[in-house]
Amino acid sequence: MTQTAERLLSYRDAINEALRQEMERNPDIVLLGEDIAGAAGRRDQGFVDAWGGPFRTTQNLIQQFGEDRVRDTPISEAAFIGAAIGAAAAGMRTVAELMYMDFVGVCFDQLLNNAAKMRYMYGGNVQLPFTMLTRIGAGVGSAAQHSESLYALMAHIPGLKGVVPSDAYTAKGLLTAAMRSNDPVIVFEHKLLYGLQSHVPEEPYELEIGKARTVREGSDVTLVGISRMTQVCLEAADALAAEGIDAEVVDLLSVFPIDYDHIADSVRKTHRMVVVDEDTPTCSVAADIAATVGEEAFDYLDAPIMRVQAPHTPVPYARNLELAYIPDATRVANTVRQQLGA
Amino acid sequence: MEITQEALRKMFATMVTIRNFELRAFTEVGQRSLRGALHLSVGQEAVPTGVCAHLTDADYLASTHRGHGHCIAKGVDVRGMMAEILQRATGTNKGKGGSMHIADMTKGMLGANGVVGSSVPLAVGAAMAARQRGSDQVAVAFFGDGAINQGVVHESMNLAAIWKLPVIFVCENNQYAESTPVEYATPIPDLAERARGYNIPGVVVDGMDVFAVYDAAGAAIGRARAGLGPTLLECKTYRYYGHAAFDNPKNYRTTEEEDAWKARDVIAGFRERAVAEGLLDAAELDALEAEAAQLIEDSVRFADESPEPDLSELLTDVYLDTPTNALARTAHL
Repeated sequence: MTQTAERLLSYRDAINEALRQEMERNPDIVLLGEDIAGAAGRRDQGFVDAWGGPFRTTQNLIQQFGEDRVRDTPISEAAFIGAAIGAAAAGMRTVAELMYMDFVGVCFDQLLNNAAKMRYMYGGNVQLPFTMLTRIGAGVGSAAQHSESLYALMAHIPGLKGVVPSDAYTAKGLLTAAMRSNDPVIVFEHKLLYGLQSHVPEEPYELEIGKARTVREGSDVTLVGISRMTQVCLEAADALAAEGIDAEVVDLLSVFPIDYDHIADSVRKTHRMVVVDEDTPTCSVAADIAATVGEEAFDYLDAPIMRVQAPHTPVPYARNLELAYIPDATRVANTVRQQLGA
Repeated sequence: MEITQEALRKMFATMVTIRNFELRAFTEVGQRSLRGALHLSVGQEAVPTGVCAHLTDADYLASTHRGHGHCIAKGVDVRGMMAEILQRATGTNKGKGGSMHIADMTKGMLGANGVVGSSVPLAVGAAMAARQRGSDQVAVAFFGDGAINQGVVHESMNLAAIWKLPVIFVCENNQYAESTPVEYATPIPDLAERARGYNIPGVVVDGMDVFAVYDAAGAAIGRARAGLGPTLLECKTYRYYGHAAFDNPKNYRTTEEEDAWKARDVIAGFRERAVAEGLLDAAELDALEAEAAQLIEDSVRFADESPEPDLSELLTDVYLDTPTNALARTAHL
């Protein structure tokens, strides 16, 4: 048992394992997406699982679950994501993959007007066990249409939930929770985290959607990280520790519901907060956290709440520009020093 | 296709119920000065009636903003529908959806939908679920001549075709998308031709003749149940009123055109044929009409006797399990 608890698994393999275990447990789950297996329909020529998903997160699933449960789709996001929503309303449990978050424009209506609103519009007269997997994050040189972190766009819409796992452990637990939920949940995978390993229990487990976690205790400042930015916050906290600044790091994990209480409790202890968000700043999750904590914990604050975010620009291609775009530990540590007047 | 006496009676009752319901809802909404769109399908009753005559509660239906007829033909409770439109807690959607979103999962009614073409992939998904379960359920996607130019409708037909899903795409071509004539918006005379691009049957149907709709839908639904895949039916029909309550169709079409379509009225036409061919007698038809009128009367009384939604309903049904304090933290209600 000790051995399994300490097993190291990558973020990619944790996602794959969560899908496999939950599909084993629940025969109603169907997975849909573009090239999630690959070479669709060519089993008779010996081609199976040619692709395994663009980032190999769905590899080996079609061999185990077959073509009816691992459905490669044409490039028709509006239709297959809409169909996944319709199938969920009709009693199935569906997981649809939108290859990149930036592609949401072609299927936005299905998420905005159907997935998010059906339960409310119908007076509670429908269940929607629908999960959407998608990818966010700059850093791979894919430029403006394959790199954005637009989870705020989804968090803004009542009726959707969103989770932003920051490592392999949270990826497995949150994806499992998403697949067991009877509400639509969007799982935002960060492309730069796929290779990151962490301890992941072999048995299935759920992490509660809407709950943040503290990943480092500290007393001088609260750093709130979202998705990969939690790793950046930990790196910044190490650098600050060398200067005698004791940072607490809160890993947000859900962009809706946002765990304001957990963050505010931390701020009441540290009296300072910096929110680190790879998404663009206007109307962002970081802005929302800053406003709400400012309203609810104002008396405890010793300094203005600050944010470290991407600039309000599309994601650039050239490496030097892209690195300047993504918030890093240096920017976070500098912001904390500025906040402390150090 | 042979039709039983019972089926004939039911189809007539459905058509007159739809018409009475819509005209009465229009009057009630107007008299009460309620806000809210109401899209009437008066004139088009034969289409949902002829199609749904072949369906059971287990089959699925995805509807449009002009969906009262689809709901009634699929068996949704008329009292709940009237209460919904008149903004009552006892409405099909607890008063939270209104005319454009009436849904009832117990009847396979996946919902009316306010975005043109948006509901079509929902039917595809429901059909996929049916196939996955190994059942012979089918899903019908109703949409209009406006939706035939929406990308999602084409993506949906393609998806249903490659997966041979039991979907019946029913295009209700009522000649107008709001005020835009179909011949302006589409470069082909028959919208059913679009089926060719998906290698599925495309059938032009006289939507003013419930017998023709019944026959064409029966064939398409039979194909779907047998696992032979989807069909596109284009039912040519006509809406007698404007797009919604506020517009005057006289601004975009001639009286001659309206009169020509109304001369082929689906209810009058049914009555004439049923009596002439000795299928049903006039007294029987009168009785069915009286019954429908009584049902509508009851539905208005039911709505009147029902309370408005409780204010707490503002925050319910957004999620299944999320506490309301997560929804209204800064609302200062």
